[in-house]
Amino acid sequence: MSSSYLLNRLLLAVPTLAGAVTITFVLLRVVPGDPIAMMTGPGATEADIALLRAHYGLDHSLLRQFVIYLGQLMTGDLGTSISLRQNVGELIVGRLPVTIELVLFAMLTAVSLALALALKGTFWRGRWPERIVDGFIGIVVAIPDFLWALSLILILGVAIPVMPIFGRMDLTISFDSWTNFYLIESLLRGQLEVTRSVLHHMVLPAVSLALPLMAITARVLKSCLNAEMNREYVTLARTRGFGRLRVIYSQALRNALVPATALSGVQFTFLIGGTVLVERIFGYPGIGNMAIDAVINRDLPLIQGLVLTFAVLFIAVNLLIDLFITFLDPRLRHD
Amino acid sequence: MVMNRRSFLQVAGTASLAGGLPLAFSPSQVQAAGDTLTIAYNVSLPSWDPTTGLSSVNPGLQSIWKSVFDQYIDQNPDLSFKPGVLTEWGWNADKTRVHMKVRDGATWQDGKPITGEDIVWNLNRAANPDSGNPVGGLIWGSVGNLKANGNEVTGDVNAYVADFFKWMAFLTGYILPPHHYEKVGAEGFEKDPMGSGPYRVVEFVRGSFVRLEAYDGYWGGKPAFRNVIFKFVTDATSRVAEVESGASDITLAIPFEEYDRLKAKPGLAGVATPVSDIAMIFFNDTGPMEDANVRKAAAHAVDKDTIVNRLLRGYGVPLHTLQAPEYAAFDPTTTVEYNPDLARSLLAASGYSTDNPVRFTIQTTRGYLPKDYEVIQAVVAMWRKVGIEAEIEVYEVAKHYELRATDTLAPAAFYNWGDSIGDPNDSTGFAMFGPSPHSTWDTDDLDAMIGPLWGEKDEAKRIAGWKAVDKYIAKNAYVLPLYQQVQPVIYRSNLDFTPHVANYVLPFTTKPKD
Repeated sequence: MSSSYLLNRLLLAVPTLAGAVTITFVLLRVVPGDPIAMMTGPGATEADIALLRAHYGLDHSLLRQFVIYLGQLMTGDLGTSISLRQNVGELIVGRLPVTIELVLFAMLTAVSLALALALKGTFWRGRWPERIVDGFIGIVVAIPDFLWALSLILILGVAIPVMPIFGRMDLTISFDSWTNFYLIESLLRGQLEVTRSVLHHMVLPAVSLALPLMAITARVLKSCLNAEMNREYVTLARTRGFGRLRVIYSQALRNALVPATALSGVQFTFLIGGTVLVERIFGYPGIGNMAIDAVINRDLPLIQGLVLTFAVLFIAVNLLIDLFITFLDPRLRHD
Repeated sequence: MVMNRRSFLQVAGTASLAGGLPLAFSPSQVQAAGDTLTIAYNVSLPSWDPTTGLSSVNPGLQSIWKSVFDQYIDQNPDLSFKPGVLTEWGWNADKTRVHMKVRDGATWQDGKPITGEDIVWNLNRAANPDSGNPVGGLIWGSVGNLKANGNEVTGDVNAYVADFFKWMAFLTGYILPPHHYEKVGAEGFEKDPMGSGPYRVVEFVRGSFVRLEAYDGYWGGKPAFRNVIFKFVTDATSRVAEVESGASDITLAIPFEEYDRLKAKPGLAGVATPVSDIAMIFFNDTGPMEDANVRKAAAHAVDKDTIVNRLLRGYGVPLHTLQAPEYAAFDPTTTVEYNPDLARSLLAASGYSTDNPVRFTIQTTRGYLPKDYEVIQAVVAMWRKVGIEAEIEVYEVAKHYELRATDTLAPAAFYNWGDSIGDPNDSTGFAMFGPSPHSTWDTDDLDAMIGPLWGEKDEAKRIAGWKAVDKYIAKNAYVLPLYQQVQPVIYRSNLDFTPHVANYVLPFTTKPKD
């Protein structure tokens, strides 16, 4: 991958983000739901409502509001949240690490399990255990993440209460974090009690997010592995005396991994979207949970900030996946 | 070692075969310790300023704020009023002046005494249009020229508002410490909140939880629980799991089916209290609703008892006006009979029947209130039997607010009207008075009846006037009240929990059982 390609991709991100900003801004003001109408108490008069509208700058024309918003964006100011009354940028910076840690942990879990399943399924190809693997993948892929979340809460939180079902960390532990990346920071600072508690609280939400992704990735990877196993180089390797496991592991896997990785990249973006419901269910204080409150409260600056954040994440993740695929497949470097 | 493609694949494969990260499964740390009360709360706290902004009129947040801040005046669980940080309050004889007395010995959570000047600062701030208080104009702006003399506060009445002092126990009726607020500013206050209530904020993780600790200098005495944790568990299923697993001691706002199941479990208890929320259907003075026969038929055709008993499992109190039994202007003699035959004859008089039904749209939320959509389905089915064919339109509550503010709701719209101070100004008044931005019905006959009541200084005459208004509304079917909502609360059976009609879950009044 040349540096000009990378530059092109980064330049393409600019109009993509501009489009996201414009569409979000216009849509939020076109769809029903006026934040001022929501905040007027029973004793409010028309004059109170007009004052509030002016207070939040919603009395200007749509165009003027947009120009003001763009001006703020240019200076890195995402505005002030109507409901939380804090700087939107600060709010997102404070909550984003929570979601990033959760999603990365979920991704790691999904990819690890998918690899294991796909390799096992390929190893048992044509035999009855393969049908069990396929059946398991079929069931897991059919159940959405939020249903996994509720099921895991009922099983491991209530019926056999071995796992915490709320929050990011044990509430009896105090951790003065500098970065809000609790898991990484506590590891680096050697506060293993915090690390253990964060991991413990992360398991159920991460597994809920990971299972559907794991199933899709395992299915694609297994299918790719099966295709590779029918190729001549595999037959040649087998005739040279390589064992089945070794052929899969050292010959077929590297070629099968490229499409599965590309798919994981696409799914990763869905994983970030999935945090909205899963974080809500587990009371996990990430940006997904915050997004629901922002939408309910019609907190326009916060919704705009969150959409922009999601857009940046999606672009960044796709770029990283492209780089990673190039690393895996040398042919792509020369195309 | 340099990582190349081959070594990477080897490491990745080994890791996957190992089955991912090994994680220890151990019993979760559940069940708060003896001096800690953990509440799985249904609303996430967005702000620490209970007097301004969007969240300040959210009734669901009041339990948290009441734990940290004092209100000027407090309320008993039956909605009756009692001294808060003010021990005396009232008007002069001709109601042109107000007077208040600040409690001796009341202090802010930094130990400084609460003074008359503090009360003046708070009331002036609430009335200041720049502060962002959503009810600053009509309520808090109704008094002015406030002066403090020691613990005494006096002021002039700009415009008489009969429930001015009741609002001191209602939305935005909280006091903040002026010295602290002015020192840290609005954003600083969000990070370092301070009140004068029974608990002070120790730790607040936005979107997750708030940990409170008893404030030793509180004028109301020492609470039974030294520590309180409000967990923001906004998903109802998760709240059920929290209390069932023992991770939380109290929860609320759960489905009635779950409430019935949980309260029967050993170690748990439950109480379901009628609260100050009324499920009702707004009628808009448009289209078919301008026909009195259609409105009256719509009112007579609804069997509220059946809705409450069958759909809500008995958790509701059928109502005929916008006054709940605990409200000041409740009149049990005002009723609207369930009579489908009468409904049919009223519709027939306007040329409608089951073969030629009157048609209109009814709007409702789905999932915003307990069984909201199901209740409207039941109402529509009852209407269909008499000759009303209503089409259900589901919308989000945000759209309801916007449509109501612009008076563009459908001919019928389901909503929940809350009034935790039980004054008719705030129930029938703001819901039905045409010029109010919250009303949907807007006709001169009703406005002419309501108008004089806003300034009525004779309290007995005022209440009698509102009862007459309610009777008139019921007779003309300008609105269709359905039932008083019931709040289910589940708690550990070794707790002594006091339900509150204002729908509060207050840690200060919760104690371990003797």
